[in-house]
Amino acid sequence: MANSLFEEKLYSNEFLVTTEVGPPKGADVSETVHHIDLLKDKVDAINVTDHQSSVMRFPSLGGCLLVKEHGGEPILQVTCRDRNRLALQADLLLSYSRGICNVLCLTGDSIDVGDHKEAKPVFDLDSVQLLKMIRTMESGTDITGNELKGAPKFCIGASVHPEADFIEPQLVKFEKKVAGGAQFFQTQGIFDLGSLRKFMQYASQFNVKILAGIIVLASARMARYINDNVPGIIVCQDIIDELAGVEKGKGLQKGIEIAARLIRTIKEENLCHGVHIMAVGNEGIVPDILEAAELAGVRP
Amino acid sequence: MIVAEQKPLDEIRQMITPYEMVLILGCGTCMTVCDAGGEREVSFLHNSLRVAQAKSGNGTHTFSEYTLKRQCDPEFLDLLTDRVSDVDAILSLGCGIGVQAIAERYPEVSVLPGVNTSFMGMTKEMGVWDERCAACGDCRLAETAGICPITRCTKGILNGPCAGTKNGKCEANKDMDCAWLLIYKRLEGLGQLEKMRRYYPPRNFRAIPRPKRIMSKANIDVGGEGDG
Repeated sequence: MANSLFEEKLYSNEFLVTTEVGPPKGADVSETVHHIDLLKDKVDAINVTDHQSSVMRFPSLGGCLLVKEHGGEPILQVTCRDRNRLALQADLLLSYSRGICNVLCLTGDSIDVGDHKEAKPVFDLDSVQLLKMIRTMESGTDITGNELKGAPKFCIGASVHPEADFIEPQLVKFEKKVAGGAQFFQTQGIFDLGSLRKFMQYASQFNVKILAGIIVLASARMARYINDNVPGIIVCQDIIDELAGVEKGKGLQKGIEIAARLIRTIKEENLCHGVHIMAVGNEGIVPDILEAAELAGVRP
Repeated sequence: MIVAEQKPLDEIRQMITPYEMVLILGCGTCMTVCDAGGEREVSFLHNSLRVAQAKSGNGTHTFSEYTLKRQCDPEFLDLLTDRVSDVDAILSLGCGIGVQAIAERYPEVSVLPGVNTSFMGMTKEMGVWDERCAACGDCRLAETAGICPITRCTKGILNGPCAGTKNGKCEANKDMDCAWLLIYKRLEGLGQLEKMRRYYPPRNFRAIPRPKRIMSKANIDVGGEGDG
């Protein structure tokens, strides 16, 4: 039996669509709730980010509870940046007890890129160790081997970066994540389908589901900012030129068009098992992307 | 060696305010090599403090200077006994260990740190020092081609690079090489990539509990208490 609705869909051969919401910087969750209500029936699951870009926010676990309360299927993003192994395990137990059973295991961005640069970085575990720790907890003990009263069960995933500018060490890590128990991968933002095709040729030998990450760009300026400041992500020049070519105020429209085109091609070519749409601050436009990508419609 | 940076002059002047007789004490080992607190820096600092006092016109300090071979070693500290009898404070340009060794040896004298002890590292080029060891107590350099991921990866992770690396550099600092890329390339060159494919479990932070103490095997064998 599947541990979650999302896990059930993962093995259904459907083309999956996930997206993410960034929780608020503050206690007012009304906008997040609005986005959850808008998206919950249009996607297969909603990730809630964990202090994305190391910027302190409302917690991912709190955001996932909101998704759950509003009838959506949450994916809890967990990074190793802010919690040691005790705190991570405690959060996972809480998460499972509240029916939040999908977890995306990440190392986490560096403290240095965020808004609390003087904080102590934790990184007691890395993403591979986190995956393995969850599998250990499922077997009935904590990471140290002490028995748990009630073992949790999760559907666990991780991230991979097919467009990394030096891919080989990333693939070594990808294989460790697979061996560590990852069932699904949501990739970092894909802009050049050539690298995704190449990656999928390699990755298809592993029994894991891959959802291609789609970042929605709102302008050429945003694309250049990402290239200069966002860890790892590289927007290719073709796309920057395409965004730069539109008249003022039409950037986001073009960004939606580009995202939808990428998604359509991925689906038509049957490149991977689904997509993960990251609208970074523009969560409200995800339905427009789905519409343009011909993926609109209620997803039960 | 241990690498440090001298504290800003204003901070040092602030620290010494309550004390009249101040001994500026250099260290002839690591602090000399990293230009933070050897004989030369003691002399420069002495001059700077005198000039600053003369300019401000309200100073009441009398300075003396001396440099020990090593501040962290009890046998050298004995040489200080005559010099500290009439001072109110020792401004140590030794590392944090030197400052504490003096505080333990001379309980009646105030000891002030004149440098910020930064890391254990090596001279990269003239005037440039790079951190290389975090003293984690559980050395894994055999598995990482002699490049330390605990020290040189900003996240100190053990199973390969994060996805934040770009142009071979670290997401935390565009001037810093991604340690895992360096490790990968060197392991590849050595024909030892299988070492990177292995899973490394979480670190044991109890390898030696803090504060750490190492006892010489010889002392343990004879049941000695050995502080060294």
